[in-house]
Amino acid sequence: MTTQHVLSLLVENKPGILTRVAALFARRGYNIESLAVGTTEIDGVSRITVVVSLDGLPLEQVTKQLNKLINVLKIVELEEETSVARDHMLVKVRTDSSTRSQVLEAVTLFRARVIDVVSDAVVIEVTGDTAKCQAFLKVLEPFGIKELVQSGAIAISRGSKSMSEKVLR
Amino acid sequence: MATETLTGAQALIRSLELLGVDTVFGLPGGAILPTYDPLMDSKKLRHILVRHEQGAGHAAEGYAAASGRVGVCIATSGPGATNLVTAIADAHMDSVPMLAITGQVNSFAIGTDAFQEADIVGITMPITKHSFLVTRAEDIPGVVAAAYEIATTGRPGPVLIDFAKDAQNGKFEFSWPPKIDLPGFKPITDPHGKQVQAAAELILKSHKPILYVGGGVIRAEASNELLALAELLHAPVTTTLMARGAFPDSHPQHLGMPGMHGTVPAVTALQKSDLLITLGARFDDRVTGDIKSFAKGAKVIHVDVDPAEIGKIRHADVPIVGDAKVVILMLIAELKAQMKSAKPDYEDWWVFLNGLKERYPLGYSETDDGKLSPQYVIQRIGELSGPEAIFAAGVGQHQMWSAQFIKYERPNSWLNSGGLGTMGYAVPAAMGAKVAQPDRLVWAIDGDGCFQMTNQELATCTINNIPIKVAIINNSSLGMVRQWQTLFYNSRYSNTDLNTGTDTIMVPDFVKLGEAYGCLAIRVEKIEDVDAAIKLAMETNDRPVVIDFIVGRDAMVWPMVPSGISNDAVQYARDAAPIWDGDE
Ligand SMILES: Cc1ncc(C[n+]2csc(CCOP(=O)(O)OP(=O)(O)O)c2C)c(N)n1
Ligand SMILES: [Mg+2]
Repeated sequence: MTTQHVLSLLVENKPGILTRVAALFARRGYNIESLAVGTTEIDGVSRITVVVSLDGLPLEQVTKQLNKLINVLKIVELEEETSVARDHMLVKVRTDSSTRSQVLEAVTLFRARVIDVVSDAVVIEVTGDTAKCQAFLKVLEPFGIKELVQSGAIAISRGSKSMSEKVLR
Repeated sequence: MATETLTGAQALIRSLELLGVDTVFGLPGGAILPTYDPLMDSKKLRHILVRHEQGAGHAAEGYAAASGRVGVCIATSGPGATNLVTAIADAHMDSVPMLAITGQVNSFAIGTDAFQEADIVGITMPITKHSFLVTRAEDIPGVVAAAYEIATTGRPGPVLIDFAKDAQNGKFEFSWPPKIDLPGFKPITDPHGKQVQAAAELILKSHKPILYVGGGVIRAEASNELLALAELLHAPVTTTLMARGAFPDSHPQHLGMPGMHGTVPAVTALQKSDLLITLGARFDDRVTGDIKSFAKGAKVIHVDVDPAEIGKIRHADVPIVGDAKVVILMLIAELKAQMKSAKPDYEDWWVFLNGLKERYPLGYSETDDGKLSPQYVIQRIGELSGPEAIFAAGVGQHQMWSAQFIKYERPNSWLNSGGLGTMGYAVPAAMGAKVAQPDRLVWAIDGDGCFQMTNQELATCTINNIPIKVAIINNSSLGMVRQWQTLFYNSRYSNTDLNTGTDTIMVPDFVKLGEAYGCLAIRVEKIEDVDAAIKLAMETNDRPVVIDFIVGRDAMVWPMVPSGISNDAVQYARDAAPIWDGDE
């Protein structure tokens, strides 16, 4: 059975760290669904959010292997109930005078935003969990999706605790 | 703190000296030239000039495996660095503490496809414990100290440091000790007391336990502790290919090696056991065979310093993350406390095991082509050399026979390429071992195939006065591959003939080759000459020795569990499986 997990990694911002993480997934045969990297509230520390899908393999094996990477500081699994995860998507949809209003209606319904309009297309920005983004795409599909770009999911735990607590000695 | 103005190159040499490194194996080139200059003046570092960088890598491994200290090798950028790759991968698989030092093109030229540029950090990422690229001189002491710490702490392994040429040339204020900045590196060496307690309970409840001992016990220098534990429990012991010597072969509780070419008692004991007390072993496929049918009735205690090994292949009922030595000592104390109320009773188990040992001792049948039996030659080398000698093997039949027919009594006496299976390991590894332990007798037991991959290091041995002994087990073929062709490919011998035997064109002639390298070289074809040749080799210490033992090519390694098959199907000899009484 394939299950998806959202992993958050705090890593030292050293050259090659992304390669190390990505290569480890490839080498051990773990499937990356999405990956997002950025800096954090701590200087020199980056955060990688990986959505990994596992075929029967225990998640523990993945986190243990990742922990062996010297530049990885901390790994947590962000579970659905106790965290929020967001995807960010930019879509260019074909429109004309007859379809534009329908598209704009969908934009309002999904609380998305139009960020560019020309006579035969609109560019829409939407943020949300994976399910919402996918549902939105389904609605747009009949109009014609000319171009689609998505960020990997980013995720954070609910509540006041921060992942970086006690990470650096 | 007092400082001193040094170049990066001087700082590298100084850092190695201060870390206690006494030997480096290497070969210079453009990008590492700045470092070779101060190296010439070092009073504490002996540099041994190899003939191929792979030899430097394996020599560093042999040095480390024989002594427990870090092995260091140096190469230039590009091809020098890529020539180290095989040895680095080998060290990674077998958890050998090693520093690989490479030169790199100037930092401003990196990424331009400059002359002899290769992304060696990228190339070796999957086969190192960690790697560094250094582009500034002032980073050198900290990086070298960090690399040393990573290579030696927790599960040992190779660490590569790539030094840009301008980092070697730059000047800065050197001070020692540097700050080691490794916030993400926290190996766990002390186990959870609760887990140790649970392990002891499981052991005392078991009826058919076995100590399944891997190379981790040797790396952790825990042989004495293992002996104490085994004797306290009176439990049987099996030592994997990487752990030969971790427990004395002469000990009555030793069942021998497990796995594909393991003894019938060891293979069977694992299969029938109800508790595997796994110490620094990793359930390698060459040990377990088909994993689903491996030791099906056994619970598992798994002790390893690398948490990722635990549960990787086989579920552990009691996982214990920690240094083998620390864990075993704690386990002994815990067992002693618990044994006040519950004594282990393995009486019936031993009746069964002793029956196996009696019926299925290791043996071999003589060759029928009039040539020497390879097993006999190897056994005699072991017997005449004694327990303090070091034996480094290549990969193939001769390696398995050396693991089986030499009796190991102490750790760090058996050196081989277990995980990667690297042909060409033996000669350079023996060289490194002899440098680390000059007072011990060091043999390379090599195949005629393997020997042709790295024999150029005999030049290094002769010139640097490193008198190793090489026994070529010459079956004129890539014997192990040939054995598989005999067994699984209808005796169709596709490309396994080497033409090095006495009834072939003999290219090369190993005696002439050995002589060309300045060695004492002899050929042995008759059984009555075997002992004399070995003794001559042992007495000759003014140069390396090469003995070309002409052996039968049809000899095979037995017992054998064919690859991917259940260990229940162990064959004692061709088409001969052990016979079980009743249910057993
Ligand atoms: C570098 C490398 N290439 C190929 C192999 C595959 N291989 C394993 S054993 C073997 C035969 C080795 O021949 P030899 O050194 O003569 O040893 P023998 O088995 O005859 O004792 C080969 C080719 C290997 N292990 N390593
Ligand atoms: Mg051979």
